[in-house]
Amino acid sequence: MSERIREKLSILADAAKYDVSCASSGSKRKNENKGLGNASNGICHAYTEDGRCVSLLKILLTNHCIFDCAYCVSRKSNDIKRAAFTVQEVVDLTINFYRRNYIEGLFLSSGIFKNADYTMERLVRIAKKLRTEENFHGYIHLKAIPGASDELLQEAGLYADRLSVNVEMPTEQSLKLLAPDKNRKDMIAPMKYLKGAIIANKEEKKLFKKAPLFAPAGQSTQMVVGATPENDLQVLWMADQFYKKMNMRRVYYSGYVPISNDNRLPAIGTPVPMIRENRLYQADWLLRFYGFSLQEIVDQENPVLDMDIDPKLAWALRNPQLFPVDINYADLYMIMRVPGIGVGTAKKIVAARKHQQLTADHVKKLGIAWNRARHFITCAADAYTHKDLLPLQLKSLIMQQTTSKYQPNFSPQLKLF
Amino acid sequence: MVTMLYDGSFEGWLTAVFEVYEYKYAAVQIVTSEQHQPNVFATIKNVVTDEAKAERVWKGLKQKISANAVAQVYKTFLGEEIGVENKLLEYVQYAFSRPQSIESDFAHSAVLYVWQMAKKVHREKHRMEAFIRFQKMKDNLYYAVCQPDYNVLPLIERHFKDRYADQQWLLYDTRRKYGLYYDLQNVSVVEMHFSEESNEGKELQHAFDEHEALYQVLWKQYFDSVNIAARKNTKLHIQHMPKRYWKYLPEKRQL
Ligand code: SF4
Repeated sequence: MSERIREKLSILADAAKYDVSCASSGSKRKNENKGLGNASNGICHAYTEDGRCVSLLKILLTNHCIFDCAYCVSRKSNDIKRAAFTVQEVVDLTINFYRRNYIEGLFLSSGIFKNADYTMERLVRIAKKLRTEENFHGYIHLKAIPGASDELLQEAGLYADRLSVNVEMPTEQSLKLLAPDKNRKDMIAPMKYLKGAIIANKEEKKLFKKAPLFAPAGQSTQMVVGATPENDLQVLWMADQFYKKMNMRRVYYSGYVPISNDNRLPAIGTPVPMIRENRLYQADWLLRFYGFSLQEIVDQENPVLDMDIDPKLAWALRNPQLFPVDINYADLYMIMRVPGIGVGTAKKIVAARKHQQLTADHVKKLGIAWNRARHFITCAADAYTHKDLLPLQLKSLIMQQTTSKYQPNFSPQLKLF
Repeated sequence: MVTMLYDGSFEGWLTAVFEVYEYKYAAVQIVTSEQHQPNVFATIKNVVTDEAKAERVWKGLKQKISANAVAQVYKTFLGEEIGVENKLLEYVQYAFSRPQSIESDFAHSAVLYVWQMAKKVHREKHRMEAFIRFQKMKDNLYYAVCQPDYNVLPLIERHFKDRYADQQWLLYDTRRKYGLYYDLQNVSVVEMHFSEESNEGKELQHAFDEHEALYQVLWKQYFDSVNIAARKNTKLHIQHMPKRYWKYLPEKRQL
């Protein structure tokens, strides 16, 4: 019995690991009436040997699938061991892992067996059981199966903290090529439904405090990059649309890990495009937290992100006329745009300068990446003189000085600046 | 020079701060009786922890700086760094000497120190919330040992109390030799003495719930299965999960 469950876990965790969304934050589920758990913290309980955060029990309900998406290990035509959990097994694993403080909750996805609704109905049943029978308030993220009915999505939203539908490919063309059974419409329809339901729930909450929560952590999606020829402009344009039109909380970028010998895809052994993935996350942060517009990061003339420097530095080098920024007088928004200064540090600078004029010594201690930032700022009593370097000289200077510190960071969970 | 000896408790330190004002000490050093190294040139003054005095300093501080900054002071204290009592005294004196809050004056050395130290302690608090692993015992108690770098048990109590409201748990700090016990109603401080070996759970094996071993195996199985070999990055792994925590993590142990 325990051997069988162990085998299932190994198969169904293995198959789920390519889905990169794993965040457990952004919800606000409280532990009322002395139940188990709460969802609001976003704690990573472990890190895999590839350095990614483990915060949720991320598994498939089953890896049986009637579809044949080329980029997916669970595809019908792949000759692999198949398994399926029972509803009770998933509930037991979640509760027992949670009680031991291994996880923040459950991320449940599934291959499609029989049809979309049949599969979705089981996912919902697990979430319902956790909430209503186990009094569980930890985080639950359910994958909405494309093509599932609105009724099931509605029910899912009552039990889950977050729902996601993966778009998988940045363009319809690529999707057609690699996932012939899927179509864009079936993916976009549930997103639209969820967007509407989430907004409606927020309105309702304003009127009646007691209205039930509906997917309080919103919805997210994932795009596989590097499997198909789209450039960063196309990928980020898509993401930008999701943020603006679908109220997405997060878009995840999953560097394609070659897993099949299929001549439509990069061959096995092709390196995972990790730096590119990292750059996309950095660009995404600039869109969401730094007030950058898409055109400032990539446009028709620069459709590809720079691989050797991060997108904020690249932007600054393209806009030398905006620098140097005076740390003691510039507005917060402009200070945030200085390479080497993050949102938190920028705020701290603005707070500290109310007490006294800040010198280079002061700002160095506030946690900025001095080697980078120094080329773009002036401080009180500034003796620094190299500010008329040309962008290209500056780029090579910064790259030389920061090689040791400049270890690209592959985890989507981290602060990137 | 006056050397004030206190008992090492936060209230004790607050009492000392009160008395610095009460007796108008100028050149003063606050140190725990334990750490104190006699110095013939100093006048020794024993501080008797006094809740009323402590309370007045704490209240006064809350009127000068934000709740967030007050919490930073407490966290900094729990960092247990040598000399922290005097750094904090400097901070408090600075705070009391100014009409507005000084908490964001990061160009001031004591303010910068408190901010940096509080951040370190906060990070350790967060790590403990992440890396504590409970083991279920026969009598339904969930038991965990830890060895945090800083004295963070008082900071994580709320977190675990909120999270595990329906299970009994015991969290034990083997370095500081005390623990927190939640009995489904309240959390109390307990002092126990374990030998190092029993901390690893070896001697406790017979007392574990019958399914405990299974879930540890399943968790390790899960941890191994989610790794993507094509993306291996040991440096990043260790940076996030420092080796000193590994002995308490079933996923990093040979089971
Ligand atoms: S439908 Fe989902 S599980 Fe099935 S093959 Fe496609 S991506 Fe894989």
